[in-house]
Amino acid sequence: MTYQISNESVRAQRGPDIRVALIRTGRTTRRLTADYGLLIAFFAGWQIASTAGWLNPAVFPPIDRVASALWTGLSSGALVDDIAISLQRAGIAFAAAVGIGIPLGLFMGQIRAVERALDPILQLFRQTSALALYPVFILLLGLGEASKVFVIFWATLFPILLATIGGVKEVDPKLIEMARTFGANRLTTFRRVVLPASVPSIFVGLRLSATTALLLLIAAEMIGANKGVGFQVMNAQYNFRIPLMFAAIFLLAFLGLAANWVLVVLQRRLCRWSTAHH
Amino acid sequence: MTLIQAQAKGEVTIRDLTKSFTIDGQTLTVLKKINLDIRGGESLAIVGASGSGKTTLLRILAGLEEPDAGGVLIDGAPVHGLGRERSVIFQEPRLLPWLTVLGNVAFGLEVQGEPKSEAAERARHYIRLVGLGEFEGAWPRQLSGGMAQRVGIARALTVQPEILLLDEPLGALDAMTKMTMQEELNRIWAEEKVTLVLVTHDLEEAIFLADRVLVLPKAKGGAIRLIDIDLPRPRDRNDPAFVRYRRQLMSEFGLH
Repeated sequence: MTYQISNESVRAQRGPDIRVALIRTGRTTRRLTADYGLLIAFFAGWQIASTAGWLNPAVFPPIDRVASALWTGLSSGALVDDIAISLQRAGIAFAAAVGIGIPLGLFMGQIRAVERALDPILQLFRQTSALALYPVFILLLGLGEASKVFVIFWATLFPILLATIGGVKEVDPKLIEMARTFGANRLTTFRRVVLPASVPSIFVGLRLSATTALLLLIAAEMIGANKGVGFQVMNAQYNFRIPLMFAAIFLLAFLGLAANWVLVVLQRRLCRWSTAHH
Repeated sequence: MTLIQAQAKGEVTIRDLTKSFTIDGQTLTVLKKINLDIRGGESLAIVGASGSGKTTLLRILAGLEEPDAGGVLIDGAPVHGLGRERSVIFQEPRLLPWLTVLGNVAFGLEVQGEPKSEAAERARHYIRLVGLGEFEGAWPRQLSGGMAQRVGIARALTVQPEILLLDEPLGALDAMTKMTMQEELNRIWAEEKVTLVLVTHDLEEAIFLADRVLVLPKAKGGAIRLIDIDLPRPRDRNDPAFVRYRRQLMSEFGLH
C-alpha cells in the first residue's frame, strides 16, 4: 500500500507514465487487430502474392498500383465525374423509391383490403428480376438516363414498400387500443403510434434498397453507358487498365459502405429508444 | 355522508347488460342481464372464475366493446364508446417504446389536445405521485415490470378521469412487487378520489383494495354476489377479519 502511494507520487511528478501510454496503445492496436486484422491481412497477402508473382500481376496488380490508379483518377477529376453521375443516377432512383414506397406502404399497411388485393401482384413484381426487365425499360424509355434511373427505381421500390407494409402491419394492436382509450382518432393514432412503430422496419427496407441500388447501378452502367463508375469498371477492363478497373471496383465498395453508414447513423438518431441497430 | 356520495362524480349504473361472442359459428354468452350500481368514488373489485366475463364487463365499461343488450350510464347519462371521464389500465403497461417515461405519461394529455408544456407539467406531477420522479428521462426498455406498470398508472391518472378501470393490472408482477403496488394503488385511489373498478383474479388483492367485491356467477344469468369489505384502511393482510373475508370469498369459488 505504502509502496503504491509513493509510486503514485513519483508518477505525478514525472507526468503520465510511459507504461500506461504503452498499455493503452497496445489495447487500441489489439482492438483494431481484432476488428480489421483479417482485412489488413487480406490486402497484405494480395500485395505480397502479386509482387512475388504467385498471382498473375496482369490480373491482380499489386495493391499499391491500384491505390495509385485510384489516386490519379480522383486527383485528375476523371473518376470524380464518374462518381457524380453514378451518385446522381442511384440518388434520383433511390429518392423516388423512398418518396413513393414509404407513403404507399404506410397507406397499404393500414387498409387490409388494399393490401390483400395488391399483395399477389407485388410478390410477382418483386420476384421478377429488375435486370430481366431492363431490356423492356430500354425499349420503353430509350438507352439514356431515364431507363437507367427507372431500372434502379424499380429494384429499390419493392424492398422499401414491402418493409413499410410489414412494419405497419406488425404494430402491436394493444398499443393502438391504448391510444384509442385516450380518445385518439385515426389520424392521431397513425401519427403517434403506427408511424413511429414502423420506423425500424422501414430502415431495414432502406438499407436493403441502398445495397440493391448500387448493384443495379453497376449493371445498368455496364450496358450502354459512357460514364459512371460501373462504366469505368468495364471500360478499364476493355482497355486492359487493370489497376484502374480495381480502383473503380473498390470505389463501388466504398460507396456501398458509405451509403450504409449514413443510414445506420440516421437510424441511430431516429431510434435512440431501441437497442438493436444492426 | 350519503348525500355527498350520491352527488359524487363517477357513478356507474349498469342495466340488463348482455354480451355474447360468436366463435366458429357458435354463440357464447359471456354476460347475461347484469345489473349493478357503482357509487361515485367507490372502489369495486370484480372477481370471477375464468370465462365469467369479468374482463368483458370492464371492456364494455371502457367502451372498447359494445353490449348486445342493456346499457351503461355514467352520472346518469347513457354512454356509447370511449370517453374522457374513463381511463383504462391494462395488464400489460402498453408503453410506447420510442417515448421516455415523461413522453409516455404525457401521451394521453397530448392526444387530447393539451399543449405540450402543460401536458409535461401535469405528467411530472403524476410521475412523482407513482414514485418515479428520477426516471422521467428513462426509456421503457430500461424499466422493470413494476416500474413500467407505474408509468401506465401515471398515464391513466394524468388525464384526470372520474373512473379508473383496471384490468388485472398487477397480474404479471412478482408477489413482492404486487403487494407494494397494491399499497400504492390504495394510496393513489384515496388521494385522487376516483371511482376505481378493478378486475382481478387475486382475491387478496380484491379484499385489500375494494369497498365491495363483485363475484360474477359461473352460470350465465345467475345472480351476482356483492360482498362489502368493512375494514379500515390501509388494510392489514394478516388481520383475522381480513383472513375471514378471504375465507368467505374462497368459499364462493368452492376453495378452501
